[in-house]
Amino acid sequence: MPVVESATERHEHSATGPCALDVTGVSAGYGRHQALDGVTFNIEPGCLAGLVGPNGSGKSTLMKVVLGMVRPWSGEVSIFGREGRPTAGVVGYTPQIDLVDWDFPVSVSEVVLMGRFGKLGLIRRPSAEDREIAAQAIERVRLSHLARRLIGELSGGERHRALIARALAQRGDLLLLDEPFAGLDATAQHDLLRLFHDLVAEGKTLFVATHDLSCVAEDFDHAVLINRRVIAFGRPADVFTEESLNAAFERHLLVVRAGHKTFIGT
Amino acid sequence: MDAIVDFLQEPWTFEFMRRGLAAAAIVSAVAAVVGTFVILKGMAFIGDALPHASFGGVAVAFAMGENVIVGGGIAALITALLIGYIGRRGLIKNDTAIGILFVAAFALGILIVSRQDNYTGDLFAFVFGNVLAVTWNDVYLTAGIAAVVLLLVVAFYKELLFNSFDSTMAEASGLPVAQLQYGLLALLALVTVISLQTVGLVLVVALLITPAATAQLLTRSLWAMMTVGATIGVVSAVIGLYIAWHADVSASASIVLTATAFFILAFLFAPQRGAVWQAIRPTA
Repeated sequence: MPVVESATERHEHSATGPCALDVTGVSAGYGRHQALDGVTFNIEPGCLAGLVGPNGSGKSTLMKVVLGMVRPWSGEVSIFGREGRPTAGVVGYTPQIDLVDWDFPVSVSEVVLMGRFGKLGLIRRPSAEDREIAAQAIERVRLSHLARRLIGELSGGERHRALIARALAQRGDLLLLDEPFAGLDATAQHDLLRLFHDLVAEGKTLFVATHDLSCVAEDFDHAVLINRRVIAFGRPADVFTEESLNAAFERHLLVVRAGHKTFIGT
Repeated sequence: MDAIVDFLQEPWTFEFMRRGLAAAAIVSAVAAVVGTFVILKGMAFIGDALPHASFGGVAVAFAMGENVIVGGGIAALITALLIGYIGRRGLIKNDTAIGILFVAAFALGILIVSRQDNYTGDLFAFVFGNVLAVTWNDVYLTAGIAAVVLLLVVAFYKELLFNSFDSTMAEASGLPVAQLQYGLLALLALVTVISLQTVGLVLVVALLITPAATAQLLTRSLWAMMTVGATIGVVSAVIGLYIAWHADVSASASIVLTATAFFILAFLFAPQRGAVWQAIRPTA
């Protein structure tokens, strides 16, 4: 079991209190298809961590395991030292943007208020406090001027920010963001990245699944490279070696380091 | 002036017209409310399938001498739950499962009816609807079921909204999305049952979808879409019954075609979203 190999690494971090996310030997899949094989890594609190790997490498499945939506075949997940399905208010989440129905007749503020629904339980209506929390989250991503707009009327970058506001309204210290850069131009991506750094500075831990390797190499504190199993995890500079990238993507990727900048391409 | 008043008042001097109006208005309103979710979740095919499937139950109950409405309801409910179950197993596509199940239940109905000697009259009413033949007991039953459906939609509004809009996030937040999906199918089955007598199984899908789709073109929130849809449904029922009375044509067909006329008007002239509006302001 890969659990044994990683035990030493885990102990290094435990000296400073529990990890934000600690995944140990997780195997999971659907039916007979195995999506994750003995996945082990951890993320310290207060860092911006990237989850990278090719299509079908199990990134979304891993997020679903962490959220408790997919029960792993084996292995453990603990969030801030607590095992099992995270209770409401521990984790914030944004699914991939194309899983959301953007033609739906709801406003930005209604969508963000949904971040409170998990905590509320069945039938109960959101309180004034819930609305206040949602309004703060909208303010935090600088969408207050669009709060009453229909979500279908938002631009690509605004849509991503609305979903992140909803994740913030969940009031968790760990945020799981699935492909938040998908379809964004450079300016919008830069804005989003600045928001991520601000959130980390406020003590949030972000775990971001993305295809943008250069962005993770350049701007993230921590990277987890997977392809069904963990190829490497740690500081991006250590993770993004040609050897591990080629192992993950099963093809040759070019890693160019110019001064302190890193570019990864085909 | 008197002629107009007569024109408007005459139909309602007959009790069967008043009963028909009560049944048609209740059914149209509640069908539009549930139809809102049917449209937003892209479930129109199920909306057509359940009424057809209920014919199997109607025929079984008819052959056994039991209450045909209850029989139709049970068949619609079983079909709805089976569709939900097979869809969640993921072995075949959802609309394939719907196609297989509803035609099977409908065929079962035809099979049973073909063995009956005197089937045409009574059972025909369920195929094409006969709103003017409802009794006050039918109206009370319809009102009771409609009240239960509306109460459930209001109580679980937040959950239905969340699950329809973004079921992945709803599941991640701990909502029981599978149960909500089954629940919505069950509500659909209940609406199907009370719609059968009013418009008949062939036209139920029109009550579910047409007023709600019209409302979607005119509104900007889920609440507004449900209430405007229900209003359009009720107005269509009233106008449809006037047409049926004065032109001596089928009431169910008149109601459905009135609703269709409203949809065409909204499609063309809805502010900002209508086809004419967009043609005038191509820059928008």
